[in-house]
Amino acid sequence: MTDTAHTTEVKPRRTSARPGTLALLLNNSLATGGLFVLVAICLIALAAPLLPLANPDVTAPANRLLPVFSDGHLMGTDHLGRDLLSRLIWGTRVSLAVGLSATFIAAFFGSLLGLVAGYAGGRVDTVIMRGIDMVMAFPYILLALAIVAVLGPGLLNALYAIALVNIPFFARNIRGITLGLSRREFVDAARLSGKSPAQILFIEILPNVLPVIVITMSTTVGWMILETAGLSFLGLGAQPPQADLGSMLGEGRKILFTAPHVSVIPGLMIFALVMSINLFGDGVRDVLDPRLRAGSLTRPVARTAVERGDAPVPPPSGKGVLDVRDMRTEFEIGGSVYKAVGGVDLNLAEGECLGIVGESGSGKSVTAMSIMGLVPTPPGRIAGGAAYLDGEDLFAVSDRHIRKLRGGAVAYVFQDPLSTLHPLFTVGDQLKEAIGTHQPLSSAEVKKRAIELLSLVRIPSPKERLAAYPHELSGGMRQRVCIAMALANDAKVLIADEPTTALDVTVQSQILTLMNGLRRDRNAAILFITHDFGVVSAICDRVAVMYAGRIVETGRTDEVLASPQHPYTAKLIECVPVLGEPERRLDAIEGRPPVVNNLPDGCAFADRCPRARPECRSGDIALVMSSEERGVRCLYPLNTEGTA
Amino acid sequence: MSVVSARQSEGDTLLGIEDVERIFGGGRKLFGGHKPAVHAVQGLTLNVRRGETLGVVGESGCGKSTLARLVVGLDLPTAGTITFDGEDLAGLAKRNRNALARKVQYVFQDPVASLNPRKTIRTILEAPLKHLSDLDARGREKRLQELLEAVNLAPEFLERYPHEFSGGQAQRIGIARALAAGPELIVLDEPVSALDVSVQAQVLNLLDALKEQYGLTYIFISHDLSVVESVSDRVAVMYFGRMAELGPAKEIFRHPLHPYTDLLMRSAPAPGRHDLVSEDAAAELPDPYNPPPGCAFAARCVRKTDLCHSVRPAPDEAQGEGGNHFAACHHPLPRA
Ligand SMILES: Nc1ncnc2c1ncn2[C@@H]1O[C@H](COP(=O)(O)OP(=O)(O)OP(=O)(O)O)[C@@H](O)[C@H]1O
Ligand code: SF4
Ligand code: SF4
Ligand SMILES: [Mg+2]
Repeated sequence: MTDTAHTTEVKPRRTSARPGTLALLLNNSLATGGLFVLVAICLIALAAPLLPLANPDVTAPANRLLPVFSDGHLMGTDHLGRDLLSRLIWGTRVSLAVGLSATFIAAFFGSLLGLVAGYAGGRVDTVIMRGIDMVMAFPYILLALAIVAVLGPGLLNALYAIALVNIPFFARNIRGITLGLSRREFVDAARLSGKSPAQILFIEILPNVLPVIVITMSTTVGWMILETAGLSFLGLGAQPPQADLGSMLGEGRKILFTAPHVSVIPGLMIFALVMSINLFGDGVRDVLDPRLRAGSLTRPVARTAVERGDAPVPPPSGKGVLDVRDMRTEFEIGGSVYKAVGGVDLNLAEGECLGIVGESGSGKSVTAMSIMGLVPTPPGRIAGGAAYLDGEDLFAVSDRHIRKLRGGAVAYVFQDPLSTLHPLFTVGDQLKEAIGTHQPLSSAEVKKRAIELLSLVRIPSPKERLAAYPHELSGGMRQRVCIAMALANDAKVLIADEPTTALDVTVQSQILTLMNGLRRDRNAAILFITHDFGVVSAICDRVAVMYAGRIVETGRTDEVLASPQHPYTAKLIECVPVLGEPERRLDAIEGRPPVVNNLPDGCAFADRCPRARPECRSGDIALVMSSEERGVRCLYPLNTEGTA
Repeated sequence: MSVVSARQSEGDTLLGIEDVERIFGGGRKLFGGHKPAVHAVQGLTLNVRRGETLGVVGESGCGKSTLARLVVGLDLPTAGTITFDGEDLAGLAKRNRNALARKVQYVFQDPVASLNPRKTIRTILEAPLKHLSDLDARGREKRLQELLEAVNLAPEFLERYPHEFSGGQAQRIGIARALAAGPELIVLDEPVSALDVSVQAQVLNLLDALKEQYGLTYIFISHDLSVVESVSDRVAVMYFGRMAELGPAKEIFRHPLHPYTDLLMRSAPAPGRHDLVSEDAAAELPDPYNPPPGCAFAARCVRKTDLCHSVRPAPDEAQGEGGNHFAACHHPLPRA
């Protein structure tokens, strides 16, 4: 048995790395304001029985329609002489209670229906959702009116009506989420763990749906209060003498011109209440929604920020079309800095293919994206170094120029063709757009060029395929279309980030053959990113091995594979199972790569390295070039004469 | 019993798959007519022997995962039978799902997606112990410790949430969960595809050790030929929902009979290899809604004849040496 380390190392728990929910919420000043107003209103409404208020329902005809700031009646009185302040506070209490109860009822039944429909699927789903559709077919205020008309006017009936008409909203939202979740693998896993459907639904799925329910509630409660007020305004909700914001508004309407304060005061209260709830609700949604949360509520800008500081920009080495010098890219997340790329040198000659290999998280993709400023800012930034394209510093040129170069002189091919291609446009449209934005050609010429490109990447019957949508093509075909788009404008440099990882082996070998042929024919330079040494062998002239954001070894592919000098490269090659050698023992590398926000001093591989000595753990270890092309970042390299 | 299953059944059969078919769609439409149907798995006959590792390879969409889900009872065949230890598996799945879950377990491809993000590892691993075993609280605690020990994870992991783990650690948890119920057969559906090579090697070594320790039988599904070769005793190559070739791992990779197996092998990149073959770009996969009458591989096959287009080769059309190597091909490759 060749087993591995007792994997005891645990990710350090960082409490401050990600801001807490509350901290995030308070960061949003609108939401905080909303919360503040809301809490104030709720406290006053709750305290109504304790406050020295007049009885809200006692009429005093003698004191009718007193103006604001009258003696003993701070907000005046209404047409029956009742104290408006007292009615306002008691009315707010009623409106809040009804609105909240309606929300809870709607959320409970709506979510339940949505959960069951989404999880059960099939006929149950059809029946429930058709029922919901029927309810939704009526304009909801009409439906609420109809319900109240049947049940008879009254606050409780209004509450039922409002809850009922809002059930579909919850049911639909929750069903969609549940549907997605119940296809997830963890649900199958729970089934295989012996859990019953009810247990799966309420123990496994519900906790994942709960944030969505809370979000939906927080964004609808304001509406429900408004709807309750609407029904009361029409005289179908609260019945006299009971005060509620809607009925107060309704009573004041008749004397709007003679005594405006009677309707304006409850109107303002409704406004304040609904606004504060909605602002707060939006804040809650922003905080709970993981997508908004990760992006810190800011849209990334179109180009990575360059903050190279005072350090001198390294001059070009004068080699190759693309010349990257000491490039550093960092991410700043929650106070800690992740050095995803920590000083990378690359150069790429015409018609050459350079492979970058490394494990997940080693910084391969960030390296590739940094070159054309595609790393999202925030949180990313280029913190040093330079990338020269034909001697021109890409980090210093204007935004306009970089846009022109992207998809022009430098083109990308990504792992997932579906994320590059727009699902709603035909392949032809997208290809034509790629050509048209960079070249002033007539539409007939553009079309001719598009057909040429498709046949160049060996798509059968290219003319007909122009009209195909991405989903109508197989994965390999889609990737070929992406390559065609990358080639649309005679790119000098093609940056391919794991272009074949998602493909089957037979398709992968087709794409590799295709790319290999293209670079020969068109003399394009390819930066090929992959984690697979086999793929490197098949296409790359030279290879650079990355570890923890830096290149640890580089050289001609055959040399590196045959006699790796860095212990990491050697170990990595030993892990790869090789067809035809089933008896080969797979030597796993113990432990894991360091996290790039907390890199150790000295060699980043020292903790996992069998050859490590104390000297390895201090100072900066340089990439020592033993020849023009061969270099290694190690104090005690393997397979070198003289040392080791 | 077909020839294939009769010939295979030497040795102690644990799982018998007999002429199994799974069709998706194909119900009646509301207004007459039939909805289009896809044959995900068709005419599949296969025996898994006790204690062996059966590798299943094939490209995406060839029915590997459908087969896996049928074997663990997450899905039921539309025709044919699957037996576990002689007992009908579909019947068992309907009658007593938990009894089946005690015998057959599953390890998922995406280790992180197979763990509920809102549950601690303890809750996740306790579920099968609670529902599938009759251990009391103390017994469960002891078993939890054993399981973590078995998959090389530190005990303090128990109180953590899935997002705090790397892919390799998450996959160990997935394996521990499958082991918890004490199954005899584990279906591993691309268990290492989402992992880095260094971690992949750790997990493969772990699986090997566990098999020994608990006397398990594996069905190991993967698209990676070299991984399958390194773990399997026998290998089944699937194409378009059917078996293309079946035989001992050594035989299959040394002397493939089916042109498709050969193509797969020659397309697989390996360190130091420059001679990848690449078929013509025009080679199209068959349309699943309208399968060809003859051999499904004919459109891509360099050895095809007219016979291949009209007559579908039987699963044991061609036979290799040793009487346990079969291929569905009219013109198999000669022994090199
Ligand atoms: N948008 C981002 N925000 C924050 N951190 C990021 C972002 N993109 C990448 N990183 C971090 O940068 C480091 C390098 O990631 P990168 O994507 O370059 O790895 P990779 O080598 O391409 O891995 P893989 O093989 O998984 O694609 C990682 O620590 C990653 O977490
Ligand atoms: S520098 Fe030292 S620790 Fe780092 S790889 Fe070389 S020998 Fe190992
Ligand atoms: S049956 Fe014919 S077409 Fe099918 S794999 Fe064999 S030779 Fe090729
Ligand atoms: Mg990447």
